[in-house]
Amino acid sequence: MRMVKRRYVLKFPPQSGDKPLSYILVKDYDIRINILKAEVVPGKRGNLLLELHGRQSNLTRGIEYLKKHQVECTPLDKTITLDQEKCINCGNCTAVCFAGALTMHPETWELQFDKSKCIVCELCLKACPLDLFEIDFHDDAE
Amino acid sequence: MKSYQEINEKIKSGNAVVVTAEEVVAMAKEATPEEIAREVDVVTTATFGAMCSSGAFINFGHADPQIRMEKIRLNGVPAYEGLAAVDTYIGASAVNPDNPIYGGAHVIEDLINGKDVELEAWGKGTDCYPRKHIKTIINKDSVNEIFMFNPRNAYQNYNVAVNTTSSTKYTYMGTLLPNLRNATYSTSGELSPLLNDPEFRTIGMGTRIFIGGTTGYVVWPGTQFHTTKPKNEFGVPVSNSATLAVIGNLKEMSGEFIKAAYYEKYGVSIFIGIGIPIPMLDAEMARKVMINNSQIETSVLDYGTVGTPKLGQVTYEQLQSGTIKVKGKKIRTAPVASLATARRIAANLKKEIQDGDFLVQEPVQMFPTNTSLKSLHEISDKKEGGAL
Repeated sequence: MRMVKRRYVLKFPPQSGDKPLSYILVKDYDIRINILKAEVVPGKRGNLLLELHGRQSNLTRGIEYLKKHQVECTPLDKTITLDQEKCINCGNCTAVCFAGALTMHPETWELQFDKSKCIVCELCLKACPLDLFEIDFHDDAE
Repeated sequence: MKSYQEINEKIKSGNAVVVTAEEVVAMAKEATPEEIAREVDVVTTATFGAMCSSGAFINFGHADPQIRMEKIRLNGVPAYEGLAAVDTYIGASAVNPDNPIYGGAHVIEDLINGKDVELEAWGKGTDCYPRKHIKTIINKDSVNEIFMFNPRNAYQNYNVAVNTTSSTKYTYMGTLLPNLRNATYSTSGELSPLLNDPEFRTIGMGTRIFIGGTTGYVVWPGTQFHTTKPKNEFGVPVSNSATLAVIGNLKEMSGEFIKAAYYEKYGVSIFIGIGIPIPMLDAEMARKVMINNSQIETSVLDYGTVGTPKLGQVTYEQLQSGTIKVKGKKIRTAPVASLATARRIAANLKKEIQDGDFLVQEPVQMFPTNTSLKSLHEISDKKEGGAL
């Protein structure tokens, strides 16, 4: 059975902190977890952006398990697009891209956009002085 | 020692040896200043960064009946009304109040790209200019003159911006993340015009330059022209110092080298492409243009704190490596000016000179020396007998 990669935004209710949910995802459902972004406010909700890598059937069951435990799971169905033709390679977007998706080529000093590293934090949208980034809503690519 | 005339004769005959300021750095690894002075005739320098102090003069031509324009809007952006009836100046950083992400820079870029722009103007109506209102469409071909006149461009060096506070700061140096999480810089380093002629031996009033895709001129020392900032052992100031006032025909410019910009929570600015040829007069001039990124230093300033205190000093070699160290902390760096475009400008200018299409112009007057800056003081009473 083929392996798939999916990105999900997980929203945890305040009382969920006592369950080792990620441990169970790994152990019981054989899912590899990559935490791309985490926002946890003690006593309030926590948000996690996860990349889940595993068999489709395991991913489906793992997500069902999370939902049973009051964790909201939303597939990340947006990506960032760049109008590269209009880009002037100023570098402003690289200043805010901590995922390392936007970098300057060390020789040509042209902008490189590695979409696989993008965590859709959206900071580049406002950092670009030419307004060349957009959010593209669609089914997450495999 | 070579004269401007000798260099221009070589350019006209197609025999001039022209290199970019980056190429001369590579040559300097093996050649002496004397050898470089002999071999090279012109070195091209360039920059492509945001330069707020820019704008364009326009003469619209007269309508029938005539109007004395006393309030002027171009695509909703206010343009200056204090000149003669149909003259104006559109400043790059002026904005349309109903759409503050669109400003004078965008009007200028639209005009360069041949687009139509809506002109609306009002006047009180006078005996000689009876009309009170006009709303029409203009473009760069419909107006009489339109030329860019930028009071402050091509800064000689510029600070590195960081932010020590706990909140994000939105500045003309880009988005500065809290707690020293990034650093931005805005100069093309060893390719930058005024860093290659730090004492202005060849750049002065009348110097012929590349501006926005066409030929223009340096017309005056730029505003905030500061020549007495601290310099390092290689003779370059370690913070922003001298500037240029430049002029060029906007009708001949290219959208490739003039770009409107909007900075979040700051406002509108404009990227200007400037290239300046430096004639290789002698070995002393060669020594100046041989300067490399490890020898050019600049100051790291905290843009999050009032008074922008200096936190450190770094080289462009360190800045371009991707990280600098400030107060013992490693900080990721990012440029906010385009080195890739600056290189294209230096290469274009090199080719123009090689092809005999661009001659070097000796300044008709040199820049002042020993200048510094005044601050604006808050004074409540005018002096006795002072003019109103």
